[in-house]
Amino acid sequence: MKHLLGIEPLDRDEIGQILDAADAMLEISQREIKRVPTLRGRTVINLFLEPSTRTRVSFEIAAKRLSADAINVSSSGSSLSKAETLNDMAQNLAAMNADVLVVRDRTAGVPAMLAERVRIPVVNAGDGAHEHPTQALLDAFTVRQSLGSIEGRVVAIVGDIAHSRVARSAIHIFTKLGAEVRIAGPPTMMPVGIEELGVKPCSSIEEALDGAHVICMLRIQRERLEGALFPSVREYSRTYGLDLRLLRLARPEAIVLHPGPINRGVEIGSDVADAEPSRILDQVTNGVAVRMAVLYLLTGEQA
Amino acid sequence: MTRWRVRGARVLDPASGLDEVVDIDVEDGRIAGMGTDLPGIPEQVLEATGLWVVPGFVDIHTHLREPGQEYKEDIASGARSAAAGGFTTICCMANTDPVNDSPAVTEFIQRRARDTACVNVRVIAAATQGLRGEIMSEMAGLAGAGAVAFSDDGYTIMDSSVMRRVLEYAKGVDRPVIAHCEDLALKGATAVHEGAHATCCGLPGSPAEAETILVARDLELARLTGAHLHVAHVSAARSVELIRDAKDAGVRVTAEVTPHHLALTDAVIRGYDTNTKMAPPLRTARDREALRDGLADGTIDCVATDHAPHAAYEKDVEYTSAPFGVVGLETALPVVLDLVHEKRLSALDAIRRMTCAPASLLRLRAGSLEIGAPADLALVDPEAIWKLDGPELQSRSRNSAFLGREFRGRVLRTWVAGRAVHGSDETLP
Ligand SMILES: [Zn+2]
Ligand SMILES: [Zn+2]
Repeated sequence: MKHLLGIEPLDRDEIGQILDAADAMLEISQREIKRVPTLRGRTVINLFLEPSTRTRVSFEIAAKRLSADAINVSSSGSSLSKAETLNDMAQNLAAMNADVLVVRDRTAGVPAMLAERVRIPVVNAGDGAHEHPTQALLDAFTVRQSLGSIEGRVVAIVGDIAHSRVARSAIHIFTKLGAEVRIAGPPTMMPVGIEELGVKPCSSIEEALDGAHVICMLRIQRERLEGALFPSVREYSRTYGLDLRLLRLARPEAIVLHPGPINRGVEIGSDVADAEPSRILDQVTNGVAVRMAVLYLLTGEQA
Repeated sequence: MTRWRVRGARVLDPASGLDEVVDIDVEDGRIAGMGTDLPGIPEQVLEATGLWVVPGFVDIHTHLREPGQEYKEDIASGARSAAAGGFTTICCMANTDPVNDSPAVTEFIQRRARDTACVNVRVIAAATQGLRGEIMSEMAGLAGAGAVAFSDDGYTIMDSSVMRRVLEYAKGVDRPVIAHCEDLALKGATAVHEGAHATCCGLPGSPAEAETILVARDLELARLTGAHLHVAHVSAARSVELIRDAKDAGVRVTAEVTPHHLALTDAVIRGYDTNTKMAPPLRTARDREALRDGLADGTIDCVATDHAPHAAYEKDVEYTSAPFGVVGLETALPVVLDLVHEKRLSALDAIRRMTCAPASLLRLRAGSLEIGAPADLALVDPEAIWKLDGPELQSRSRNSAFLGREFRGRVLRTWVAGRAVHGSDETLP
C-alpha cells in the first residue's frame, strides 16, 4: 500500500492488515504512557483544506502517539486560489521532506491529484463525496470489536447516501469483508448506479433495519440540502430519524454507528445516541488507533 | 506552380462514390486529373501504394480562441492542428472574446484566417447577442459578412421563445442553427454523466435527460418553424432515437458526434483526469454503441471534433474546477477509422462523415474531389500504428483525452489548394 486514497482500491487482505495493526495500536492507547517511538523523527502534515476539527485532532493524536511530528496546515485565510494552493503545496512539501501527507478537501479527487505530485504517501482524510477511508476502517474495527466478526453480518446505512463519503467508504469496506449492506434514505439522496456497488437499496428505514446487526446513521447536511433534496428537517427526522421504536426492528445485539458530529433529534434521537447499542464514543477512541495503524503501515515499515 | 502526381493510392471520394486505385494529378493548386492513364508527365511523383488519398476533412465545430484567448489557441495554431489531422476546412465557434456576434468580429476572424491560417477557416456566428440567450444577433448582417451558421454552443438558449425566434430568423437568412442541447438547470454544477462511475468518484453527475429534453424541445421547434436544426455533439442513446424519429417525420434536422463520444465512456473519469471532462459528458457504453450505430445508419450525419483547447494550468486543477473541453483535430481520423477496422462502417462512409457530409449540411464548397476544384487533400496511412505522447500536437494546448493512447491510422500529409500544409519535406509535393 503506497497511499490510502480510498477503500475501493484495497483488497480484503490489506484491510485485514490495517485492522490487525489497529488492534496493537489500541493497546498502546490504553497504556499509562500512550506513546511509542515507532515514528520518531518523522513528519506528518495534516493538510486540511476543509475544516474538520475532529478528524484533524484524531490524526494529530495518532501521529503524536507514534512520536511523529504533526504539522497542521489549513487553508482558511489563504488568498491563494485553489489551483495555486495545490501546486504550491506539493512543491513545498517536497522541499520540506515531510514523510506523510494527510489531506482533507471539499472536492472529490484532490488526494488522488496530490498523490501524483508528491513522492510521499498520501492519506485521504475525506474528499468531497468520494471517500473517507479511515472512517470506514474505524467503523469496521468497531464492528469487529463489538460483534467479533463482519462476514455475514447485515449492515444498514441510513441517510444521505448521495453526498456522503462516509457511506461510500462504508459500502466498500463492508461489502469487501463479506457483509450484506443495505441502504435507505430519501429517494433524492440515493445516487444513481449505487446498486452496482453490491448494496441493496431499501425503500424504507424499516426495511433496512429489519434484522440488522449494524446501523450506520449518516449526518445530514441540513444547511445545504434542506428544501432542495428534502422538504424539511422535521419531515426528515420523522421519516428517516433513528429512534428506540425503530431500533427494536434490528437484532437484539445490534450496534449503532455515527461518524459525528450528531444532529441530535434529526438523524438520530438522543435516546438512541446515549443508549446501550450506541458505539459512537468507541468510534472516536478506535479512530485514533486505526489512524495510528495507517500512519505506521504507510511510513513506519520503510524505516 | 507545378504539376505533380500521387500515384497508386486508393482514392476515396464519397461525394462521387469513387473508391479505386487511381492516380491523381494536381496542377496550379487544382485537381487536374484522376484516372489510371493520366496524360502528361508530372514534374514530381509521390508513390503512394497502400495509402489512401481522400478529400481534406471538414470540421464544423472548432474552437479557435482568437480573438481573446490566444494563450489557449490562435487561428494560426488551430489551423496547424487541423492540418496535422487532415482537415482542410474548419468552422470556428463564436465564444471568443469579444464574442463573434457582429459582422466586425466575423470579418476580423476571416481576415486573420486569410493572413495566418494554413487551412480554410469559416465562421459560425452567435445566435444571440453576447451568447446571452436573450436578443438574437444581427443574423442577416452576419450571414452577409460570411457566417455559415449560427450557434450559442455551450450557452444553451434556455428560453424556448427565444429559440423559436432564432430558428425562424435563421431560416429567413437561409442558415442552420447549431444547438448545444443541455438543460442548464437539470445539469446544474455537474461535470460528468450521472451513473455508477460518478457515484463511485463522488462527483455530481447530470443524467442523459439533461440533453434529451433539449433535443426533444428543439426538434419540436424545428418542426414548428421549418428551420434547419443541427444538433451538436450528440452524446446520449435516447437523443439518437429522437433524431431518427424526427428525420423519419420529415423534420429538417442534422446531427454530429465527436470522436471522444465515439471512442470513450464515463469509465475514464475514474482517475479524475480533467482531460476527460467535457460538455456534454462522456456517457455509458450503451450510449456509445447507439452513437456508433447512429453514425453508421446516417441518423448522425457527420463527425465534428468540438476541438476545445485549454492551457495546461487551467486543466491542472481539481476535477470540479477544470474547464470543459478537449482538443480533437489531430486524433479524429484514427478514432473514426476504428469503426472501419471493426467493420461498423465502410471506408467510404467513414470518409463521407468527415468530408462531404459536414460540408453539405453547411453548404460549404469542400469535402469532395472535383476536376478543377482546389486540391484540398489528405494522404492517409490507414494501418500506421502510433502513440499520442502530447508534445507532437500542433495545437497550442495539449488537453487531449487520448494522451498515451495507441492509434491505428494516421494522416501523413495534408494539402490545401495543392500546397502541403502538413507532413511535407523538401523533396516531395
Ligand atoms: Zn457544445
Ligand atoms: Zn463546442
